[in-house]
Amino acid sequence: MEPLMAIAIGVLFACAIYMMLRRSIVKLVIGLMLLSNAANLLIFSTAGMVRGKPPLVPEGLAAPLGEVADPLPQALVLTAIVIAFGVLSFAVVLLRRAWEIVRTDDLDKMKDTDT
Amino acid sequence: MVRSGTLILNVAARFLLPLQLLFSVFLLLRGHDEPGGGFIAGLVAAGAFALYLFAFGLRALRAMIRVSPRDLVGFGLLFALLSTLPAWWQGEPFFTSQWWTVPIIDYKASTPLIFDIGVYLVVLGSVLTAITALTETDREHDA
Amino acid sequence: MMQLVVLSGFVLAAAAPFLFRWLGDRTAAIMALFPAALVLWLLAQWPTVVAGEPLWLEMAWVPGLGISLDFLIDGLSLLFALLIAGIGAFVLLYAGEYLRGHPDLPRFLVIITAFMMSMLGLVLADNLVALFVFWELTSITSYLLIGFNHTDLPARKAALQGLLVTVAGGLALMAGLVMLAIAGESWSLAELATRGDSLREHPLYTPMLLCVLLGAFTKSAQFPFHFWLPNAMAAPTPVSAYLHSATMVKAGIYLLARLQPGLGGTELWIVILSLVGALTMFTGAFQAIRHINVKKLLAYSTVMALGTLTMLLGIGTEGAMVAFVTFLLAHSLYKGALFMVAGILDHETGTKDVTAMGGLRRVMPLTATVALIAAFSLAGLPPLLGFIGKELMFESVLDASHLTALILLLAFMAAFLTIAVAAIVALRPFFGEPHQTLRVAHEPPLAMLAGPAVLAALSLLLGLVPGSLDGLVGVTVARLGAGEASVHLALWHGINVPLLLSLAGLVLGWLVYRRWDRVRARLAYLDPLMARGPEAGYDALMAALVRLAEWQTRVLQNGYLRNYLAVTLLVLVALVGHAFFFRHAARFDVSIDVYLHEAVAVGLMIAGAVAACLMKSRLAAVAAVGVMGFSIALTFVLFSAPDLAITQLLVETLTVILLVLVLFRLPRFANLSAPGERLRDLIVASAFGLMVTLLMLAVLAGERLPRISDYMVDNSQPQGHGHNIVNVILVDFRALDTLGEIFVLALAAVGVYAMLRFHAAEGSRPATKRPRASDDGE
Repeated sequence: MEPLMAIAIGVLFACAIYMMLRRSIVKLVIGLMLLSNAANLLIFSTAGMVRGKPPLVPEGLAAPLGEVADPLPQALVLTAIVIAFGVLSFAVVLLRRAWEIVRTDDLDKMKDTDT
Repeated sequence: MVRSGTLILNVAARFLLPLQLLFSVFLLLRGHDEPGGGFIAGLVAAGAFALYLFAFGLRALRAMIRVSPRDLVGFGLLFALLSTLPAWWQGEPFFTSQWWTVPIIDYKASTPLIFDIGVYLVVLGSVLTAITALTETDREHDA
Repeated sequence: MMQLVVLSGFVLAAAAPFLFRWLGDRTAAIMALFPAALVLWLLAQWPTVVAGEPLWLEMAWVPGLGISLDFLIDGLSLLFALLIAGIGAFVLLYAGEYLRGHPDLPRFLVIITAFMMSMLGLVLADNLVALFVFWELTSITSYLLIGFNHTDLPARKAALQGLLVTVAGGLALMAGLVMLAIAGESWSLAELATRGDSLREHPLYTPMLLCVLLGAFTKSAQFPFHFWLPNAMAAPTPVSAYLHSATMVKAGIYLLARLQPGLGGTELWIVILSLVGALTMFTGAFQAIRHINVKKLLAYSTVMALGTLTMLLGIGTEGAMVAFVTFLLAHSLYKGALFMVAGILDHETGTKDVTAMGGLRRVMPLTATVALIAAFSLAGLPPLLGFIGKELMFESVLDASHLTALILLLAFMAAFLTIAVAAIVALRPFFGEPHQTLRVAHEPPLAMLAGPAVLAALSLLLGLVPGSLDGLVGVTVARLGAGEASVHLALWHGINVPLLLSLAGLVLGWLVYRRWDRVRARLAYLDPLMARGPEAGYDALMAALVRLAEWQTRVLQNGYLRNYLAVTLLVLVALVGHAFFFRHAARFDVSIDVYLHEAVAVGLMIAGAVAACLMKSRLAAVAAVGVMGFSIALTFVLFSAPDLAITQLLVETLTVILLVLVLFRLPRFANLSAPGERLRDLIVASAFGLMVTLLMLAVLAGERLPRISDYMVDNSQPQGHGHNIVNVILVDFRALDTLGEIFVLALAAVGVYAMLRFHAAEGSRPATKRPRASDDGE
């Protein structure tokens, strides 16, 4: 499964970078969303993907029976998803403010506005 | 952009909100043993309030929650920080978890739970801050 | 213990402005009590140290890295510490008067006290890292001191020049010290001093020596880096007195002396140090007589003295070491006194030009006496300490093993030029015809005269009773690795070659002084040549640096966000690619073991991402991102991550709400880029995506390391009392991380709120114009 994921993640990264290289700031934001998802998936799947064994300890036991999925990357990704949302909300608000002030969504035109 | 919704949305929001909030608290409390926890519960609660916002508008939401979302963020951070202190009291390193059993209902209370409540409030507060702030300026534009 | 004293000195420095508010003009005098007390304490250690028992003061700093704040007080550091604290006390006292009423006096007190403490730390520290930290602190504080008159352009320029030269040397020094610690397997100076033999044999010896020398030479203004020191005269006079007599410029000399047992004695060491030292000595003395500004004259004579000290360290015989210690002490005493006298002249007459002064001995007889004594010591006349120092210097130059004739010639010329300099500084202003000066001169206040008077008196006393120094000089020389020396300093060594040299020098020096005006006129022909000196090299380098900065700003920092992004990514791809194909035999794991429903989920993910890039409308793009998000959630469900799946779903939902609120107030998608640009971006993006894929495949094929989460899996229930391991990690095992993360989230929320609020507060100018976007929105 992981090799397939590697390809998917590569595509996601490529799409994210492509969108971030656009001049339209709205596309930049979409690129950011793709980028955070790609990064999360990278962490999640590089740790190894396990089917149907969530990292839960069954009731009445001290440790799970047998191998379970690695919980640490899951914990990392969980916070990363929420933080990515926080950053996204910051980015979109920034974008909206920028639009309201400079009246353009073209990044090339924005470069001359901060004098 | 955001104005009061349709009848169905209004009714749904009115009845779903208490259920969703209850569900979020349930997710929060069981999070230590089953899927759930502060992050997820906070997002669920934020989603519930967002639905209410779309149905009844910002003023109704404000009137209902009374507390400013930014205060929720502050309280959340405070909770999270407070949960680190009892360990000091016990002479153990900062952040060492402490466990107590609540009598009668036999529920295990702990500093990690307090911490998770802090996480819940921060997530809820942050999302609501963003959404209400955006709605608020929308209102100025639309006026 | 002592460490705390030094550190509390920094606290005192920080407290100076508050003390000033409370104590007013007396602050400087009261603060001078602190170094004065240090002097008393150091004097109390004198007998123990002279008996050959260095004082160890241990203090841990970073024990894990072998870095300590241990202080070592042996002969050398005692001598330096006494000079620093002693002259420091007088300089503080003097500065209180000199800068009386100056609005920035409190700031001056802060910096000079901090400087003093950095210097003390530098000479007391036994650890290389601690030494380096204090070394850099002296560079920074001296920068602030030189640039004290910060409204003055030359002062700022000189401060920057001093900083850049010494800090560039400091970088080399850091490299040198690290190599030293690697070669000597210790960070302790005392340890390294005992490992000289293995250090000198070590393959790193030459680079390490060159790096250390570069650091020491820039700091101690050795040729060709000497130019920053005279320029540093832009500083207020007490600063010049302090920087150029006891301290900062001697830091390099101190370091060389410290490392002499470990690194010294090789041919390389002897030749470089003697040659550079002798050249510096001559350059300093020669340049001095070209100037009429009393502070410049003195500054160049300091360059001369520093060269002498370096040369003596290079020669390295026992006699040279005795000469080194004696000359060092003598120079600190007379140069401190002379700089303070120069300050008095400046303060009383309003000019620094020696040719504009004359006959001042009638109005300021005390100052004249002090100046005369100090200048005699500078000239090396008996019965002053300077005489003993100079005689010993000549003696050891005659004994030198390498380049004897050359350095003897340079030393002799420097000596007679120095005599002329001494006469110019001390005779010209006080004797001869009185001149009209800006202010009517009279004796300075006691606080200003006390320092130079005591220093001059010490020059005289120690010259008359040189035996009192035998113990300290002896133990210092012994620690410098020149054997168990029993030292006897004396004024009279009989009629010998050094004495004859001195006599000849005296005659020549006097002649130069008598014809100084003509000599100077002749030397003026050399000005065009001098303009091509090392300083011109420095200026050219700075200009080139500015041009380079302009060029790279134009090319790299051009304000186009996507150019930054593309450059950064391409560099990353190139570096990773290089490591991939040249460093590793890349193996890839390509075993595919997939169920159909999983493949469908991944396919949807890819389709969503690609569609998001291709869509012409915003709504469609957002929907495509949504498809991708939900298939990611599905993947999480299939691969044992229920918490992630729930979180992902909720965030996807909230993201849509957010985008609805914002995105549709913005203009439609437009194709702003030309097809060529799009192709270029596609290539960059594809290269990066390919890199990530290959990297991940290589990682998967690599050896699996033991999971750190095994501990968490095993202890989640027993210790964390929780069955959901992910949650136990978040709120218990790694709760500190989570705390940091929720702070980030809170900050983002505050940022969002602030951005929207401020705009509402600033009169909502943009809000009055309706955004065009909502008119043509979808």
